[in-house]
Amino acid sequence: MTRILRSLGLATLAGVLATAAPPAFERDVAPLLSTHCHACHGPKKQESGLRLDSREAALKGGDHGPALVPGKASESGLVLAIEGRHPEVAPMPHRRDPLARAEVATIRAWIDAGADWTASAQAGAPGKDGSKAAVHWAFQPVKQSAPPKVRGATHPIDRFVRERLGKEGLQASPEADRATLLRRLSLDLTGLPPTPEEVDAFVADKASGAYERQVERLMASPHYGERWARWWLDAARYADSNGFEKDRTRSIWPWRDWVIRSLNEDKPFDVFTVEQLAGDLLPGTTLDQRVATGFLRNSMVNMEGGVEPEKFRVEAMIDRVDCVSRTWLGVTLACAQCHNHKYDPFTMADYYGFYALLNQDDEPRIEIPSPEQAQRRAAVEAAARAVEDKVRASMKDPEARLEGWLRETAAAVGSWLPLNAHEWHSQPMKFEKQEDLAFLGGGDVHNFSVVSLWVDVTNTHVTGFKVEALNDANLPFNGPGIDGDGGFNLCEFTVEASPLSELGSPDAGSTSFKGTTNKVVFRSAIADAWPDGAHPTNAIDGVRNKDGWHSGFTKGRRNQERRIVFETDKPLGFPGGTRLLVSLWQKPDGSGRPNHLMGRFRVSMTSADGPLAVDPLSARQRALAQLPRDQRGDAAQRELFREMVLHDPAFAEAAREWDAAWKDWPGSDHSTLALSARPIPRTTRIFKRGDWTRPTTEIAGATPAILPRLPANAPANRLGLARWLVDPAHPLTSRVIVNRVWQAYFGSGLVTTPEDFGVRSDAPSHPALLDWLAREWVQPGAAAGRGSGKFAAAGEGVPWSLKRLHRLIVTSATYRQASRITPVLAEKDPQNRLLARGPRARVDAEMVQDMVLKASGLLSPKVGGPPVFPPLPDGVMSLAYGQIGWNVSPGDDRYRRAMYTFWKRTVPYPAMMAFDAPAAEQSCVRRNRSNTPLQALVTLNEPTMNNAARWLGWRTLQQGGPGAEARATFLFRQVLGRKPDPKETAALVRLAADLREDFGRRDKEALAFAFNDPQNPPPLPQGVSALDVAAWAGVARAVINLDEAITKE
Amino acid sequence: MNLLHELSRERARYLSRRWFLRDCSVGLGGLALASLMQDKARAALQAADPLAPRRPHFAPKAKSVIYLFMAGAPSQLELFDHKPSLRKYHGKPVPKDVLGGQTYAFIKPDSAIHAPDFAFARHGQSGQWMSEVLPHTATVADDIAVIRSMTTDAFNHAPGQVFMNTGSQQFGRPSMGSWVTYGLGSESRDLPGFVVLSSAGGLSGGVGNYGAGFLPTVYQGVPFRSGRDPVLYLSNPAGISTSAQRRTLDTIKELNEHRLGVMGDPEIATRINAFELAHRMQMSAPELVDLAREPKHVLDMYGAEPGKASFANNCLLARRLVERGVRFVQLFHEAWDHHSDVKGGVKGQAGVTDKACAALVKDLKARGLLDSTLVIWGGEFGRTPQVEASAELGRSLGRDHHPQAFTYWMAGGGVRPGLSLGETDDFGFNVVKDRVHVHDLHATIMHLLGFDHEKLTFRFQGRDYRLTDIHGEVVHKLLG
Repeated sequence: MTRILRSLGLATLAGVLATAAPPAFERDVAPLLSTHCHACHGPKKQESGLRLDSREAALKGGDHGPALVPGKASESGLVLAIEGRHPEVAPMPHRRDPLARAEVATIRAWIDAGADWTASAQAGAPGKDGSKAAVHWAFQPVKQSAPPKVRGATHPIDRFVRERLGKEGLQASPEADRATLLRRLSLDLTGLPPTPEEVDAFVADKASGAYERQVERLMASPHYGERWARWWLDAARYADSNGFEKDRTRSIWPWRDWVIRSLNEDKPFDVFTVEQLAGDLLPGTTLDQRVATGFLRNSMVNMEGGVEPEKFRVEAMIDRVDCVSRTWLGVTLACAQCHNHKYDPFTMADYYGFYALLNQDDEPRIEIPSPEQAQRRAAVEAAARAVEDKVRASMKDPEARLEGWLRETAAAVGSWLPLNAHEWHSQPMKFEKQEDLAFLGGGDVHNFSVVSLWVDVTNTHVTGFKVEALNDANLPFNGPGIDGDGGFNLCEFTVEASPLSELGSPDAGSTSFKGTTNKVVFRSAIADAWPDGAHPTNAIDGVRNKDGWHSGFTKGRRNQERRIVFETDKPLGFPGGTRLLVSLWQKPDGSGRPNHLMGRFRVSMTSADGPLAVDPLSARQRALAQLPRDQRGDAAQRELFREMVLHDPAFAEAAREWDAAWKDWPGSDHSTLALSARPIPRTTRIFKRGDWTRPTTEIAGATPAILPRLPANAPANRLGLARWLVDPAHPLTSRVIVNRVWQAYFGSGLVTTPEDFGVRSDAPSHPALLDWLAREWVQPGAAAGRGSGKFAAAGEGVPWSLKRLHRLIVTSATYRQASRITPVLAEKDPQNRLLARGPRARVDAEMVQDMVLKASGLLSPKVGGPPVFPPLPDGVMSLAYGQIGWNVSPGDDRYRRAMYTFWKRTVPYPAMMAFDAPAAEQSCVRRNRSNTPLQALVTLNEPTMNNAARWLGWRTLQQGGPGAEARATFLFRQVLGRKPDPKETAALVRLAADLREDFGRRDKEALAFAFNDPQNPPPLPQGVSALDVAAWAGVARAVINLDEAITKE
Repeated sequence: MNLLHELSRERARYLSRRWFLRDCSVGLGGLALASLMQDKARAALQAADPLAPRRPHFAPKAKSVIYLFMAGAPSQLELFDHKPSLRKYHGKPVPKDVLGGQTYAFIKPDSAIHAPDFAFARHGQSGQWMSEVLPHTATVADDIAVIRSMTTDAFNHAPGQVFMNTGSQQFGRPSMGSWVTYGLGSESRDLPGFVVLSSAGGLSGGVGNYGAGFLPTVYQGVPFRSGRDPVLYLSNPAGISTSAQRRTLDTIKELNEHRLGVMGDPEIATRINAFELAHRMQMSAPELVDLAREPKHVLDMYGAEPGKASFANNCLLARRLVERGVRFVQLFHEAWDHHSDVKGGVKGQAGVTDKACAALVKDLKARGLLDSTLVIWGGEFGRTPQVEASAELGRSLGRDHHPQAFTYWMAGGGVRPGLSLGETDDFGFNVVKDRVHVHDLHATIMHLLGFDHEKLTFRFQGRDYRLTDIHGEVVHKLLG
């Protein structure tokens, strides 16, 4: 029997109401032609002289006459051929399965209706000028629509909805009772159920505006930001790990907290958008705005051994194009990565133009100092400046002193030539050669690194080598190290030299040494700076896996460029050329400095006579020094002066003071991932068939041709893109977002495919309502409608205010309807697309946990902070290669809202996956909503659920009043808000008695179930036994397992 | 095929019927209307169940699949691809024209060729070549088809595994098991349709290898575990007896039925049913995973030891799952990434897996299940003929990742037994005959299950997706 009734949650997947409208060409007919006909009658082949890829060609026909007779399907050659009735032509498609009956019917209906062949689907049509193809509704401007006049409806939403209901002969449902309504509203606005006290207060509030007051109360709750942040996090594919094999932990939760804060502040959606896509590019950018750019950094990162970093950088870019186009535009631009879009008017040029807008950035990891740390940092900087100022004040002519020092040091350093390696090899990281001949690391970052460079030189008098550890925006905290705190540790530097003449043919290309090898001996190593115990000579002591020259300075001075110079024992170089093998060894066994690997470095050589000197200035600083004074700028001047103080022995005392000041520099406990523009933008090229190894034509950043152009004065970068997306005239953004908000309330959107507004999408159920909402949201009052102004409420009158949009929806009678499904509605509109009743749906995965914890009283109300680790069954983590230690969070952090649970992409939290939480592998704008046995196992047996049941049972005994009925009522209301009816009360009272009896037969088991720690049960209230505790915990377990407990009614 | 569309329509039809029965019959509460259900309504309901058994496009050969996924990528040169010529080239680089532009994860392309140390011999009437480390697989040489000409597009583990299991290197696509379960439903009443078993290390691609992607979540692979809870959260909490559990479920059911009467939402009926299914799973899964119920000779044949987590146990478990109607069982054994000491590594893992793999084939055959069960063996790519050595990484005598050529074998389910398909060149580097691309393998598997791989599709984002993307040709030579 149960077998027969088994039908698992297809609600969200169901199709639309059957309509009698003629087939839409792009959605219904073009795919059939493309699938069945174009291979032989398309642009490549024209069997029998027939093409079926444009209306003109089809009308003209081929050897057997016209294929189309508009209005007359039965006379059209196409129909005759696919029905196998053509007098001259074999049944089509030739030697393949015939079309399904429904497909033939579609083509017939389309021809009978006139064979309208919309421009956008014509051969090669995606109109380059953007004019021809803009016929699909979603690419057209949002229409100005006035809510129709409908008797008994005042709210604009209701007027649109009721008009349609009237046409379909359906009645709206009455308003839900107040207990149900407040629970629905609380879940929608905060993701948490109301307390019974809140329900009672609302029921008792007889004054007008009672409901509206609840709306404002809930939107003012800090939990509002959490609930709607989770909604946004789906689209943003937020996770706490990198994905792929290693799936290492990343810290990007400060971005998640930024989203919560921004929503709680009701940051208008246009600002919300611009800051996330381009906060770093805004004038006077703040740390907060840089944190916001983490949105795009939520892409997965592959750090598997041996990967090509560029390959996976490109994959991340592809992910970003997909994410942005899905999140804001609701289109499937991704289809045009390899070929022009099959159905929608997007070309490869559109795709890569869009890609180019996002492809110009570095990917920094930035520190997030606490306010207290920021304050202490400012103090340190002030103290250090004071030292510099003191030195400056002691001089007669500090400028001249500095110029002299700059000249002297430049002369002492002599000239250096960067090595241009022709081949390199590294383990386990991969390095890429940069334009300045430096090497930038990526890929698998482990706790050691060995890099070898091969370079042929003609110089016969090489006296020294220099390694520069360089900053790079893509390294953590600017580097020079590639992981951890951005430090490095060079254990050993070696050079081998071999005469080219002994290597045989040069194009053998071999990196091995076949002839004489000469291990180059160094007489000395000096560096611009080193901390105690890290003398530069450690790098030439013959030990490759210990000690070394490193960057373990105080925290404030760690992330600076450093230089080390090695002087050869005697000049080297063979007549006829020399092949050098230069190796950097960073394998700090047991040094306690894991992951301190240089992420960017450059090796140079010199012929200068010894003793060699190391430049106290970095290459960047030296370049500044070489500018005339008046072109340097004050900040640069100050920086150079500081270097003089730190390096010129004459100021040794001041340098010590300066160092001492920096010792107080506080680290930062947290960091996050952000974006910053590259000084020189990357060139983007179209990849042939989407393959990154086959770049072709160069392409500039641009928006898809079918959509509005970037304004002429807009920058072709992320900032231009962001502003373009939130231009009030944009046809897609407002519709797409309004639709997704609607979907969150009603279970499905006005457009049921929020991820696709293209030509193959389902038509909106209420097109005028969608456009009215979109306009009203972006330009309040611009759409004809009501001007309420009754409440001095957040966001009122503010364009793009999400709180205003929420208010607009939840105050409609449509939203407030009861959700009972009458037989008539079950028959006529099972999916509720016509909205003749309120929404009823199982809540999202996170809410399942949050509701139960809240009802039990265990939920921690803490908002934000690092991810937490609730209990995870043994063995779950070992399913993935990149497993991590999962130490269950202590204290209240065990009972936080589910959105704070550490999200590991290769092992997503199973209790949430069971309820369709997205795995965060890609942007998700519509969740599945399944209804499965595994979900039942979670709510029945998962430890957090059982703890909640225990705690709820315990509270019931303490607070529920005397008597089983009072207790049953108390418990029931904690979970469901409403009062139980007599039948429900009776069932729970009976269950309590029966469980008590069952436990009574096994006292020990009762203890085991009743208490977290059965060895140390808490003191029991008077008249309460352990059996009562177990029995009521059991009743609580039953109630949280009711369908209604995890359903928004 | 727009299955789901069809399903939802059937469901709506059922609902109205159901309402008619509820509201108009006398005293028929909740679920007690089974006996009144007409055949037609019953059929409608069957159709509305996403896991109800469904018929594919044409008569299938295979009804269920056991996929022994050898994650990490076993070396074909040590196991199946017999290349005596490598002896001759040992220590020399692979010629440039053979190499093409291939770059590697760890080694340099001009690293020396390394000849395998194992002796190879022909086995069975079919004369399949296998190395000495597969003595047991050798005994089923005439039952399996060996494909020595597999080739793939990916050469890093996570993308390679995800490609092999979903047909795309990008994460987020449905896995093969999900596609098959979506297409065929499940024959099991109280177990998931797609079960995942894991041994050795954790999986590089993680859940991406058995996820449902954009298909309904109900088609996702469900990991079975060793130990107390074969399925996560299967056991009652401490202190809840079987009787207390039944009593609790009865109240949950009673109250859910009551609410169904008030709200009329069929989702409540679905949930009532889900709880019953969960309960049945609670009752049946412990019995299912209790290998101690198997006779000793069967345990010995597999090398299985009840109560222990092992590949052998998983093979035996796979047979028990298929016997109970589970559609797709995938074993992940991540242990073959032999960058160093490929000889010792392969020998060790062959020791762990060889006996159980052969036992599975024999056992299925003995029970008459092999004809309807497709067994697939293989990993995400192959390994280089060149040696991998690196003082820095402490590696020697290993092999790097190699996408161009590797070996798979399949048995049962309509595969031609004893077939030896495909050849590689003298270096074991490139395929020179009967190349089988991953998409072709997928197309063939779908064919054996009765599907035209181009027609089993799912509409997502306006596009009809399928396992084989836009590629794939059925390898007709493989068909029996």
